Amino acid sequence: MLYREAGQFKTSYAKDQAIFPILQDRVMMVLMLVVAFVGVPMLASEYWLSTIMLPFLVFSLAALGLNLLTGYAGQLSLGTGGFMATGAFAAYKLAVAFPEMNIVIVFLLSGVITAAVGVLFGLPSLRIKGFYLAVATLASQFFLIWMFNKFPWFTNYSSSGVISAPPRAVFGDFFVTGSSASPANKYLFTLVIVCVLALAAKNIVRSHVGRSWMAIRDMDIAAEIIGIKPLQTKLGAFAVSSFYCGISGALWAFIYTSSVEALAFDITRSFQILFMIIIGGLGSILGSFMGAAFIVLLPIFLSNAPTMFGLNISVDLISHMEFMIFGALIIFFLIVEPHGLARLWQIGKEKLRLWPFPY
Amino acid sequence: MEFLTAIFVSPFIEIYEYPLFFIEVVLGGLLAGVMYSLVALGFVLIFKASGVFNFAQGAMVLFAALTLVGLIEHGFPIWLALISTIIVMIALAMAIEKVVLRKLVNQEPIILFMATIGLSYFLDGFGQTLWGSDVKVLDLGIPNAPIEFLGILVNQFDLVAAASAGTLVAVLAIFFQKTRIGRALRAVADDHQAALSVGIPLKTIWAIVWAVAGLVGLVAGIMWGTKLGVQFTLTLVALKALPVLILGGFTSIPGAIIGGLIIGMGEKVAEVFWGAAFGGAIEDWFAYMLALAFLLFRPQGLFGEKIIERV
Amino acid sequence: MSAHGERTFGDVVLRVDDVSLSFGGVQALANISFEVRDGQVLAIIGPNGAGKSSMLNVINGFYHPQQGTITYKGETRRQMKPHHAARQGVARTFQNIALFKGMSTLDNIMTGRNTKMHKNLFWQALHMGPARKEELEHREFVENIIDFLEIEHIRKTPVGRLPYGLQKRVELGRALAAEPELLLLDEPMAGMNLEEKEDMSRYVLDVNDEFGTTIVLIEHDMGVVMDISDHVVVLDYGRKLADGSPDEVRTNQLVIDAYLGVAHD
Repeated sequence: MLYREAGQFKTSYAKDQAIFPILQDRVMMVLMLVVAFVGVPMLASEYWLSTIMLPFLVFSLAALGLNLLTGYAGQLSLGTGGFMATGAFAAYKLAVAFPEMNIVIVFLLSGVITAAVGVLFGLPSLRIKGFYLAVATLASQFFLIWMFNKFPWFTNYSSSGVISAPPRAVFGDFFVTGSSASPANKYLFTLVIVCVLALAAKNIVRSHVGRSWMAIRDMDIAAEIIGIKPLQTKLGAFAVSSFYCGISGALWAFIYTSSVEALAFDITRSFQILFMIIIGGLGSILGSFMGAAFIVLLPIFLSNAPTMFGLNISVDLISHMEFMIFGALIIFFLIVEPHGLARLWQIGKEKLRLWPFPY
Repeated sequence: MEFLTAIFVSPFIEIYEYPLFFIEVVLGGLLAGVMYSLVALGFVLIFKASGVFNFAQGAMVLFAALTLVGLIEHGFPIWLALISTIIVMIALAMAIEKVVLRKLVNQEPIILFMATIGLSYFLDGFGQTLWGSDVKVLDLGIPNAPIEFLGILVNQFDLVAAASAGTLVAVLAIFFQKTRIGRALRAVADDHQAALSVGIPLKTIWAIVWAVAGLVGLVAGIMWGTKLGVQFTLTLVALKALPVLILGGFTSIPGAIIGGLIIGMGEKVAEVFWGAAFGGAIEDWFAYMLALAFLLFRPQGLFGEKIIERV
Repeated sequence: MSAHGERTFGDVVLRVDDVSLSFGGVQALANISFEVRDGQVLAIIGPNGAGKSSMLNVINGFYHPQQGTITYKGETRRQMKPHHAARQGVARTFQNIALFKGMSTLDNIMTGRNTKMHKNLFWQALHMGPARKEELEHREFVENIIDFLEIEHIRKTPVGRLPYGLQKRVELGRALAAEPELLLLDEPMAGMNLEEKEDMSRYVLDVNDEFGTTIVLIEHDMGVVMDISDHVVVLDYGRKLADGSPDEVRTNQLVIDAYLGVAHD
């Protein structure tokens, strides 16, 4: 009975176009933001902040980026890891070369650089589609990682091939990067970036740009016939998506792990992000977050589950079992709801609207 | 300047000065390519018959090899281990059809693709849970010493691999052309709906095709396992088969063979003669770049048909 | 005689001149020529496989003919990109509905306005200022089309869930949203019942009357064709059989033979 839109009339197109046209949803969103910005930093331990919340946020951003490209524009990519690496190394080179530059600017620029790289590797999408394109994006994945590994210039000639984030503050002594910054600072800073970029993504997908992406996704021929330029549209999607993935990679290197090597962004990372958007929901902003949460929490749960049930299993076996359960769960999810957690959420809401009178 | 010389001049001088070495490299590459073809073949079979991009082909290769080695380690004679592994792969195919594919009929290709990624995780974990994750030596008594032939060094093992691949392709060709099941498979590959309407049972066909792909995986697993040892990295071989697929086309068996040869040869030649100019280890990505460059000129692959789009 | 009575038309807006198109060995169109005048409703008829859809595909640049030219608004060409044609004011619907299945009715029709929306990504991301204003202006335009086609109730419904007749209507809406000067309709009434056909005929005529849009349509229902078109072109096996007013075409012996199935030699 509580979740109703009856009596809420929209009197202008502007109001009808709001992200959350229903009052209850708006209240809910505000509550979530309050919890995220105030509740979590107050209640969560440092361990929780840095091993669960930070990777969750960074992954969400990458998933969001891939979802824009794959879920909205329909271009299947397996190169996410490569783009994240590009963002990470671009941010590192920028931060070291220009110590005075504000870290926010560094991140934005590394996103822009990644966007350019993304456009370059998106060029094949003009000629090829579907799985052919997916395999082609693997070229970017392998090439980029090889490049960052091979040329010591990218790591400023560090002998181990590892880059360590220099400590930087957003303002005053509010340090957010490097190993000495407090987890709470890191968390808040990342949260702000992720919220702003998520809002921007939502705005883009409901604009004419987003509609042209979806048109290309749903039927590229018809899209071209109604005047959407395939070249511009697909490359635009690659650029925006890579921008998000690049910033996510930069956050990963600078905030989540503080030091990183190129191999952290190998092909398994790309698959991991792809899993997130499939499980969360293709073509859903909310789904990107849900998928990221699922993939971050599942291994933690799986590795703790045996001890919780008092079982004593060797570490080796646990890691194999994890693989099995993970694989099985993915198949299970695809069978139960191929459109992901976001769709389950939506169905739940529709049921709630009718509750307690379902007919 | 130095870089340009290293790319455009030195390699060719080297090739000119040591033609025999060049031929050796090419031959070695072609034979390595056969191994890629073997993996690619499994992909093509399944894609042709069911439109599923089976990412788990690599995991099937590993699983087959692990099962075989595991059984031998448990004291099975080789012939019995082989037969048992074949039975296991057939059972696996039936299980996959029943538990996964049947439930996902009519889903979009990307969903099926994701399901096969899940499947590959499952198989990787399952195989290692059963048989452990140490590197295992697979020795079926295939000789591995290089022999000299007309002044060129060739690895005997590679020759055996090429011969087995050739036999396998021939057997598959006969199976597809001459048997009733083979004809049904080709009908399904051409047009699912039409095949259904003349009474070909799709589900059985899918189980058969997965079983065949599993057997092809077993052959690939034996070859790769003998070469590299049976271990987790075998699944990565599957990634190498992907550029072969885009080169040869997803639906063409000759494409998989020739694509594999081109990739194998191109990769070896590039690494040996051009690798130094790029700082080495270009094998990681060369195959993909080659396939990509190729795609830009022929989007439908080497043997794919040109698609006429209609509205 | 047409439903409009005697009407006069403007200049020639579209001239198809000696167009031939083949796929491999199949000749889809052979030396086709005809003209469309400003404000006209022109019907292309013919048996299945006559090359009607191919003709539309050539006009909007989706197929490139091997021979012949298209002159549209004084510009002569053989090849062009479909999106270029769209920007020149050519819009169309499809024989097998080509809507964007994952999007709502509203969003589908909004895509028709895409060529007219230019605010850059930065403003879009903020959803403020000029981008917001632009979005609302176009929304208003689209809402008028939704009113006109009487599909207000399905505004937010994903088009994949709509029945066939409504999908056809949404597709017309998407084409209209582009404010076309030349509207190509590929079997707009196929698979409809009588009532739906009447509705659709009314929309087509209204569009032609109110906005002066030139319309080229393909239709199988002869009753409809005779009622709403000013001019008819008859194709058979890629060749043009006849070209004239509905009455002329109706009495043409070649056309009668083609429809009654006289054996081809």
